[in-house]
Amino acid sequence: MSDLREVVSSGNHLAAQAGADAGCRFMAGYPITPSSEVIEMMSDLLPAIGGVTIQMEDEIAAVAAAIGAGMAGERTMTATSGPGISLKAENLGLAQMTEVPLVVVNVMRGGPSTGLPTRVSQGDVRQAKNPSHGDYRSITLCAGNLAECYTEVVRAFNLADRFMQPVFVLLDETIGHMHGKAMIPTAEAVKAGVVGRKQFDGAPEDYHPYECESDQPAVLNKMFTGYRYHFTGLHHDKNGFPTEEIETCRKLIQRLEDKVMLHTDELELNEEFMLDDMTGAEGEVLIIAYGSVSLSAKEAIRHLRAAGIKAGLFRPVTLWPAPADSIKKYTDMIKNVLCVELNIRQYTEEVERVSSRLDIEGLYKVNGRPISPYEIVNKVKEVF
Amino acid sequence: MAFNYDKYLRLEKMPTLWCWGCGDGVILKAFVRAVEKMGLNQDDVCVVSGIGCSGRFSSYVDFNTVHTTHGRTVAFATGIKLMHPDKHVICVAGDGDALAIGGNHTIHAARRNIDMTFIIINNFIYGLTNSQTSPTTPQGMWTVTQKVGNIDPTFDACALGIAAGASFVGRESMLDPKKLEKILIKAIEHRGFAYLDILSNCHINLGRKNKMVSAMDNLSWIDSITMPKRKYDTLTEEEQLNIFPTGILKQDTEVREYCDMYKDIQDAHQNKRAKITQDDFAKKI
Repeated sequence: MSDLREVVSSGNHLAAQAGADAGCRFMAGYPITPSSEVIEMMSDLLPAIGGVTIQMEDEIAAVAAAIGAGMAGERTMTATSGPGISLKAENLGLAQMTEVPLVVVNVMRGGPSTGLPTRVSQGDVRQAKNPSHGDYRSITLCAGNLAECYTEVVRAFNLADRFMQPVFVLLDETIGHMHGKAMIPTAEAVKAGVVGRKQFDGAPEDYHPYECESDQPAVLNKMFTGYRYHFTGLHHDKNGFPTEEIETCRKLIQRLEDKVMLHTDELELNEEFMLDDMTGAEGEVLIIAYGSVSLSAKEAIRHLRAAGIKAGLFRPVTLWPAPADSIKKYTDMIKNVLCVELNIRQYTEEVERVSSRLDIEGLYKVNGRPISPYEIVNKVKEVF
Repeated sequence: MAFNYDKYLRLEKMPTLWCWGCGDGVILKAFVRAVEKMGLNQDDVCVVSGIGCSGRFSSYVDFNTVHTTHGRTVAFATGIKLMHPDKHVICVAGDGDALAIGGNHTIHAARRNIDMTFIIINNFIYGLTNSQTSPTTPQGMWTVTQKVGNIDPTFDACALGIAAGASFVGRESMLDPKKLEKILIKAIEHRGFAYLDILSNCHINLGRKNKMVSAMDNLSWIDSITMPKRKYDTLTEEEQLNIFPTGILKQDTEVREYCDMYKDIQDAHQNKRAKITQDDFAKKI
């Protein structure tokens, strides 16, 4: 029996379906374009399977309720767009600090501020890296086609439980509202892949939720199960209680860094499109793009190749932490590099950092319209 | 035999960071006694707090405890409660938490009538951060942000709770721990949003600059501005102006609780009942 099924759906609806299939039983949200279809669908899906979807009084309350359910031990999510993330930022910091797993779907629209509510953008890529103050490492996935609106939300739930922290899934308006055929895993296959968060099963007096290896996440037992501990956004000790003890404070924040950055191999996911025949010869072109833009980039590459220009696409699916070694492998090999983004240099700057190159070309668009394949073809012909 | 608090306190966290003579300790003790009297299992209770002196309440009591962000207490608690409708969720917030930065959440949790106990520890000032104006600071009092006197009108916390739709609204002060214990029991027993305005003293950061230098002065002032509801109701409107009525100010056991209503949604989606229509509610508009 195949583990795949064919569906006709939209990106936002697939994100919701993925949540329900991955075991999410609580969603809280607030209406915001262009993500509202996620909570609209969840309001049908979750109560039908004994879960809860609630429209809260504002974005802040939505993420708070979702984190609350996560503290209680449920798989939980929220969905929003850029202005919503701005409002949720403080509580996202609490989830980072208390190590509560949560999936946050952000369907990106034009910004800053109210921006272009109904039009496409990738302007929240930099925001997704550090939405809240302080030191922590965001995990951010980015769907590049319809099927990934499903698979990346599933992956986000599993990563949230593995790393015990919020995981962002970035869609953009184009992908979120795209409607069509997609091959996605069956619900059974998704269910079979769920690991769930680690639980301590020893005696309550031996349980120390935040006492873990220096590169491992907290082990948070479900609430109301006889393991009474404390959540706080303050620096805290092994049982979650506030402390200012110097070494405990240092170790906590260093662990939040190391639990992610020493395990990036578990996070990295890229697509390499028509890169296998690259040799580093003169005239080869590397395009770096993600999200809906990558669809235009692929079409552009077909045209470029037909015109005799050997081009290929590197598409990070996990945007943060950036796949540094993989990007560098190609930027070391291929001289002509073009980043294509629906923002101004937000990921290009990361490519520059990991490649140590300052001659990366860029094609950026911030008028709320998608980038067409021909714009990419023309840009390649113009700059290389 | 003297009451043994040890079972419910995290003794290793003592002494509290509250100042000598602070009323928050009295409220904490009354809460513990209420829980003991009700025979609640510690594993079945979750205490959620916000930011400020009252925020530390959750770390001192041995239940499932959550110290959240400023003002968002009931929003976090809503997620916990909806997934565990049979457990006791107790929110502890300060006046700044509940009525300023978190006012919106207070209103909507009350409107939903979700089953939780919402304790506002109201000391009329931002105490932890050294005397900034709170929504309950009386007009004319000195604060560090209004050194020539506060002009901001004073919030009546209970009036807000009643207007927003909380099905249980009450007020007591830390002056009478027995009454406090009683109202806490009634509030926790109530199925619905139980909203309590509990007046406390802050002789350090409210009193010192407002002619209430000692804790006793601050307590006398609280005594002078409170009166049992039955007596309060006999006063003229003019006499009521500077008095807060105490006791249970509202209790409606007819109005449906939110988790119970959400069960209707689940049942409707699972074809166990018909869709919900306006006919399901007494109030049509």
